[in-house]
Amino acid sequence: MLAKALTGSNRYWGWIVLLLVVIGVGFSCYLWQLKEGLTVTGMSRDVSWGLYIGQFTFLVGVAASAVMLVLPYYLHNVKEFGRITVLGEFLAVAAIIMCLLFVIVDLGKPMRLLNMILYPTPNSLLFWDMVVLNGYLLLNIIIGWHVLEAEYKAVSPPRWLKPLIYLSIPWAVSIHTVTAFLYAGLPGRHYWLTALMAARFLASAFASGPALLILLCYILKKYAGFDPGRAAVQKLAGIVTYAMIVTVFFVALELFTAFYSQVPGHGMQSLQYLFVGLEGHRGMVPFMWVFVFLSALALVLLINPATRAREKTLLVACGSVFGALWIEKGLGLVIAGFIPNPFERVSEYAPTLPEVLITLGVWAAGLLVLTVLYRIVVAVKKESALGNEG
Amino acid sequence: MKIGAVGGLGLVFLPAVKGFAGSGALRDAAGAGSAVGRKWAMVVDMQKCWERGAECRDCILACHRAHNVPEIPDPEEEVKWVWTERFEHAFPEQVHEYLAEHLRDKPFLVLCNHCENPPCVRVCPTKATFKGDGGLVMMDYHRCLGCRYCMAACPYGARSFNFRDPRPYLRELNPAFPTREKGVVEKCNFCTERLEEGLPPACVEACPAKALVFGDLDDPSSEVRRILSASYTIVRKPELGTRPKVYYVINPGLGNSGGR
Ligand code: SF4
Ligand code: SF4
Repeated sequence: MLAKALTGSNRYWGWIVLLLVVIGVGFSCYLWQLKEGLTVTGMSRDVSWGLYIGQFTFLVGVAASAVMLVLPYYLHNVKEFGRITVLGEFLAVAAIIMCLLFVIVDLGKPMRLLNMILYPTPNSLLFWDMVVLNGYLLLNIIIGWHVLEAEYKAVSPPRWLKPLIYLSIPWAVSIHTVTAFLYAGLPGRHYWLTALMAARFLASAFASGPALLILLCYILKKYAGFDPGRAAVQKLAGIVTYAMIVTVFFVALELFTAFYSQVPGHGMQSLQYLFVGLEGHRGMVPFMWVFVFLSALALVLLINPATRAREKTLLVACGSVFGALWIEKGLGLVIAGFIPNPFERVSEYAPTLPEVLITLGVWAAGLLVLTVLYRIVVAVKKESALGNEG
Repeated sequence: MKIGAVGGLGLVFLPAVKGFAGSGALRDAAGAGSAVGRKWAMVVDMQKCWERGAECRDCILACHRAHNVPEIPDPEEEVKWVWTERFEHAFPEQVHEYLAEHLRDKPFLVLCNHCENPPCVRVCPTKATFKGDGGLVMMDYHRCLGCRYCMAACPYGARSFNFRDPRPYLRELNPAFPTREKGVVEKCNFCTERLEEGLPPACVEACPAKALVFGDLDDPSSEVRRILSASYTIVRKPELGTRPKVYYVINPGLGNSGGR
């Protein structure tokens, strides 16, 4: 089956080469970072996590969202998703690989990574995050591969796979819950110290992940000649709509609690920093208003049944959801947690060029994995479709 | 090169504070070594410190020299174990607009609080940060991954990350203490290495005003306990439940300053 990845059009190969180039650039920047230290990034003693950990957090959500296909299909028999659950599972695989890479590039001493296994520390949530992320990666590789292989051989998937599929449902919830706990359990980081964090993470994950899937389905239809079907896309659009409404509602809850209570240490200062600036520091303000604009646009296009049904407007809505939540979670959440610092000073963060290139390199690596996996899926699907007709 | 060689020697401080004889109470800082400390703490009397004048940096210099703390010019990447902050920054939740001037504009010494309930220890995925004997919050520079989770967890900004190789930024080298590599976190260790030899922390020893007092909280007759029972003292951010063990005498003249 793997051999299918080695066949493809010129456009396919062009895309692969492009990704390899971006990976190469990112990797050389990473070698430089290894040599010089994290001084080549924009992080500081005050904002000690930045773009890398932001991407990690965002992508855990994308990975978890595969459950939004698996759960309806296997538990509620939503037939439309039958053709595309494997797309969700392979998206999860690619996203988790990116997550792990982002953690690695963020480490000061990556060669000591194994210390997490050599000295397991169950009181650390990072330890549990490692456990659940790797477990989820494995689950999705096994499930995705066997489901696809069964389709390839035109047999039904092995029976032992079912329990694993059921297991993957709570497991998906666990990866994003544990990731939220990384943040929500820290004293003194007011913006993160909220019981809503895990719920917020899950809601935004179930919006951004399926939104990305809709975009990917469109790309597959347009460029790979594989149509997941309008019904499946519309079902996904419904999920995105509800999840986006809940996400925006949760953000509004945070804003209410912070600003009505007027307790500075209830995230008020961080939210001020994000939306209006704090003590003259306004680095995130433009981004956050783009977030507001994109969220509003997405909600209008999604809630209105006519625009949700029309392909063009749905794509715009999904792009907006993805962009908005990338800003909110991949940038704002992490940075604002460090602002103000423990001394109530504001020191701002902006990523450096090498940092951005390394980030792009990791994204390209994830896209490469995704492209190869989807290439195989499409080839198998096309063949089995022919087989069915013939 | 020499620095590198030193850095390669035994960098790991074990938690065992082995140098103490098991008898006697710790009465004053200079006698730190004569007791088994089960709960080390520091009391900072800022009034005494200020009487020396704002230029005095003896404690900071002594600490940073003893521990090979680099002088990195970029404030964003600074490494520091002990330094000063104005009241409003050291105690941000305890300021108000009309705070007495003698508090507001004065520097307060800040360092790792060696919290009784340390969040940095709770989050570290490798036990590179751990609680050792005497309640000291310690670090193993050989095990640290540089994930910086502990920096996010510490509510006191007490931790520094080596964003670059610190060795070129050392003025002088203390061969008795390890240097660090780039990519690991570090912080005040309450001079574990000196406590092992029965010496008080370097900052305590260096302070010409005797403003820093070090001792055992579990010993009711220790000087730290005596000051704590006689003076109004505060700790940083008590509301977070970390239970810091660096105390600040706030209003001198209310019982403690005449007593010594
Ligand atoms: S002050 Fe910070 S670094 Fe020191 S023990 Fe407390 S939490 Fe840990
Ligand atoms: S940076 Fe080092 S000491 Fe801090 S949490 Fe990570 S491994 Fe532990």
